[in-house]
Amino acid sequence: MNKLLLNRNQTQRLGFALLTVMAAITVLPIILVVFYVISQGGAAISWEFLSGFPRDGMRQGGILPALVGTLALTVGTAIFSVPLGVAAAVYLAEYAPENGLTRLIRIAIINLAGIPSVVYGLFGLGLFVLFLKFGTSILSASLTLSIMTLPVIISTAEEALRAVPQAFRTVSISLGATRWQTIRRIVLPEALPGILTGIILGLERAAGETAPILFTGAAFFLPRLPNSPFDATMALPYHLFVISTQVPEMPFQIQYGTALVLIVFVLGMNLIATIIRSQARARRQW
Amino acid sequence: MTEKIQIEHLTLQYADGAESLRDISLNVRENAITVLFGPAGGGKSSLLRCLNRLNDLADVKTVSGKILLDGENILDPQTDVIALRRKVGMVFARPVVLPFSIYGNLTYGLEVMGEKRKLRLDEAVERSLRQAALWDEVKERLDDPAIALSGGQQQRLCLARALALEPEVILLDEPTSGLDPISTGKVEASLQELKKNYTILLAPHSVQQAARVADYAAFFLQGELVEFGEGKTLFTTPRQKRTEDYVTGRFG
Amino acid sequence: MQSKLSWQEFIITRAIKASGYSAIVFVALIFYFLLREGLPTLGEVPLGDLFAARWYPIESYFGILPLLSGSLLVTVGATLVAVPFGLGTAIFIAEIAPRWAREILKPLVELLGGLPSVVLGFLGILALAPNLRVFLNLPTGLTALTGSLLLGGIAVPTVVSVAEDALDSVPRAYREGAWALGATRWQTIWRVTLPAARSGVLTGIMLGVGRAIGETMTVMMVTGNAPVLATGLGAFFSPVRTMTATIAAEMGEVANGSVHYHTLFFIGMVLFLISLAVNVTASAMVFRSQKRAERVLS
Repeated sequence: MNKLLLNRNQTQRLGFALLTVMAAITVLPIILVVFYVISQGGAAISWEFLSGFPRDGMRQGGILPALVGTLALTVGTAIFSVPLGVAAAVYLAEYAPENGLTRLIRIAIINLAGIPSVVYGLFGLGLFVLFLKFGTSILSASLTLSIMTLPVIISTAEEALRAVPQAFRTVSISLGATRWQTIRRIVLPEALPGILTGIILGLERAAGETAPILFTGAAFFLPRLPNSPFDATMALPYHLFVISTQVPEMPFQIQYGTALVLIVFVLGMNLIATIIRSQARARRQW
Repeated sequence: MTEKIQIEHLTLQYADGAESLRDISLNVRENAITVLFGPAGGGKSSLLRCLNRLNDLADVKTVSGKILLDGENILDPQTDVIALRRKVGMVFARPVVLPFSIYGNLTYGLEVMGEKRKLRLDEAVERSLRQAALWDEVKERLDDPAIALSGGQQQRLCLARALALEPEVILLDEPTSGLDPISTGKVEASLQELKKNYTILLAPHSVQQAARVADYAAFFLQGELVEFGEGKTLFTTPRQKRTEDYVTGRFG
Repeated sequence: MQSKLSWQEFIITRAIKASGYSAIVFVALIFYFLLREGLPTLGEVPLGDLFAARWYPIESYFGILPLLSGSLLVTVGATLVAVPFGLGTAIFIAEIAPRWAREILKPLVELLGGLPSVVLGFLGILALAPNLRVFLNLPTGLTALTGSLLLGGIAVPTVVSVAEDALDSVPRAYREGAWALGATRWQTIWRVTLPAARSGVLTGIMLGVGRAIGETMTVMMVTGNAPVLATGLGAFFSPVRTMTATIAAEMGEVANGSVHYHTLFFIGMVLFLISLAVNVTASAMVFRSQKRAERVLS
C-alpha cells in the first residue's frame, strides 16, 4: 500500500513536471519572438522611417503610406462594424426571444467567426469590388474587414451587456421608462468598457489581417498617400508580406522595422483594451 | 373610503410553471395599507407585479380576469403601460439604486418622462426625500453616488424614487427584508404617514410586520387567496383554519 | 412629446432588430457569392480533371487534389502540435499553475493569438526555416513541417482559451469528491476533470483545427508553394501548397470571369463548407453539453 502511494505520487510529480515544461515550451517562443523583433527592428525605427516614403524599390526610406493605409482601413472598418456590431449585440442581449431564429443568428455569428480570412477576401472581391463596382479601394477593403470583425464585436459586446444586473432594467421599467430608454440611459453606459474592449479586439484583428485585403484594397506600392475612400492603399501587414517575399535583396533591418511597427500597432491596441477592462473592473460597483 | 383597485377572478400562470395565481378576487381601499402575506411562493409578488404590469417582462403563459384601477381594466392590451407605471410605483425587496447620484436616482423617472425643468426636478427631489424621511440625512450630498448610502438609506431612497413620480398607488415587495430593525421602523413610520395620500400594497417579510402595519390583510397560500379582511380582526380572530395555523406560527 | 418619443423608439427598435439579423444575411451573402462565382467551374472543367493530381493553371490543369492534400497535410501537422501543447497548457493553467503563473501565462497566450499571421510567416522565413533546413539537412527550409509548426502555434491560443474555460467551469465539488476518495490531483485531472470538460475541450480543438485550415498568410509564406500531391509522410519535409495559399497567391493575377478565376472561387467554396461543418459541429457540441449541464444542475 505504502509503495503504491509512493508510485502514485511519483506519477503525479512526473506528470506535473511534463505539463509545466509543455506550458513553458508554448509560451517561451512568444517571448522570444517579441524580444527578437524588438532587438532586430528597434534600430530601424526613426522619424524618417515612420514619416518617409519607400524609395529605391522599397529597399530604402520609410513606411508612411503603409502606416497611414492601415490607420485608414482600421478607421473605415470601425465606421461600419461598430454601429452594426453593437446594435446586433443589443438585439441579442436585450430583445431577442429564445427561439429558433435567435439560435440561427447565433450559429451564423459562430460561422462568421470561423470563415477563413482569404474567403472573406473572395467575398469582398465578388460583392464590393466587382458587383457593387467600388473597385480595389479602401472602401471595399474596409467593408470586407468589417464583416470579418463583426462576430468579435457582437460576442464581446453581448457579454458586456448581459453582465449589467437585471435589477437595473426592472427598476427602470417600473419607473416608467421604455425599453430603449432603459438601454440608452443605463445598460449601454454601464456596459461601455466591455463594449469598447470588444471593439478594440475586433479592430486589432482587422488591422493585422492581410488576406481579406489582398484583392479588395491593398496596393503593392504607392508613391503617395490615398486621398479618397475609392483609392487603393498600402497597408502594414501586406507591406511586410511584400518586402519579405516579393522583393529580392531586401535589407533585414527594414523588414524587422516594419514587423516591429506592425506588432506595436496591434499589441498597442491589445494593451489599451486590457487597461480599459481592468480599470472598469476596479471601478465597477456591482 | 373608496375602492381604488378591484381585482376580479385574476388567474396567472408562468411558462415555466412557477408561482401562479388562481382566481383571485380582491378589493383594495384607497388611503390604507393593504398587506398581502403568506409563505414564499404564495403569489404575493406575482400579484404586485400584475398591478403595474411588470409581469410583461416575465415569461407569462396565461392571464385572465380583470384588474380595475379607478374603474379601468389595466390588463387590457390597449392600456398605456408607461402611464400606468407612473401611477403605480414600486419598491423591491433588495434596494436597487441605479448607478447614478442620489439626485440622479430621484429624477430618473421624471427625466424619462421628458421633464427637463431644473426647478421642477429640484422640487420633486426635496418633496420625495422628505416623504421618505431621508431629506435631513442626504440634503448636503445629493450629488454623491447613491451606492455610497447605507442599506437602510438606499431602501428609503428607492421609496423616495417611486414617490418622486407622484404615483397614486405604491407597491412594496418585502421592502424591509434586508434591513436592520431601526431602518425597518423608519420605513414603517413613513408608510403610516404616506397612507394619508396614497394607496399602499405591501408584501411584508414577516407575519409580525403584517400585523403591525395592516389596515387590511390578505392571506395567500399556493396561489390562492385564503382569507381577506380588516387587519385588526384577521390576525386576532381568523375565520379560516389555514390562516390561523399560519398566523400562530404552526407552519411557514 | 409622448408620441414623438414612441415614434423614435419604434424606429430604433426596428434598426436594432435588423442589425440582429445581419449575421444571417452576411453568411448567406458570402455563400451566394461563392456559389455564383465558383459553380461555373463545374461546367468548364470536367469533374475528372478537377479532382486530378495536377494544378498548373497556365496550361489549364485545374486538378485540386494537390491543394487538398497540402491543406490536409499541414492541418494534420498543426493539430499534432496544437493539441498536446494547447491541452497541456490549458490543464497547466486551469489545474496546476499557482495564481501568479496564471496571471502571466494567460495574457501571453492571448498575445500569441493577437500576433498578425504575416508576422509569424515573416519570422518563419527568416528564423525558423533556415534553422530547420540545417538541423534536418533538407534542400529547403520552406516545407509542410515549417508550416505545421507555425500553424500549430496559431491554433494553440484557440485551443487553450476554450479548453481552459471548459476545465475552469467543472464544478469544484467534482474535484473535491475525487480527492475525498483518495485520488491524487493527477488522477483527478485525468479521470474526473478532463472527462467532465470533454465537450468543451473537443470544441476548443475543433475550433483550433478550423483556424489552422483557414490560415492563409503564414502557410503561403513558409510552405514553399509547390502544388505537389502528397503521397506519404515524407511530404512533411518537402514544399507543399494549401488551398488558402493558392487563392491568395493567384487571385491577384487572374482575369475576372476566367476558368482559373471560377476555380479559385470554387476552392473558396470548399473552404467555406469545411469551416461551416467544423463550426456547426463545434457549436452543436457546446449547445448539447450546456443543456446537459443545465439538467444536471437544476
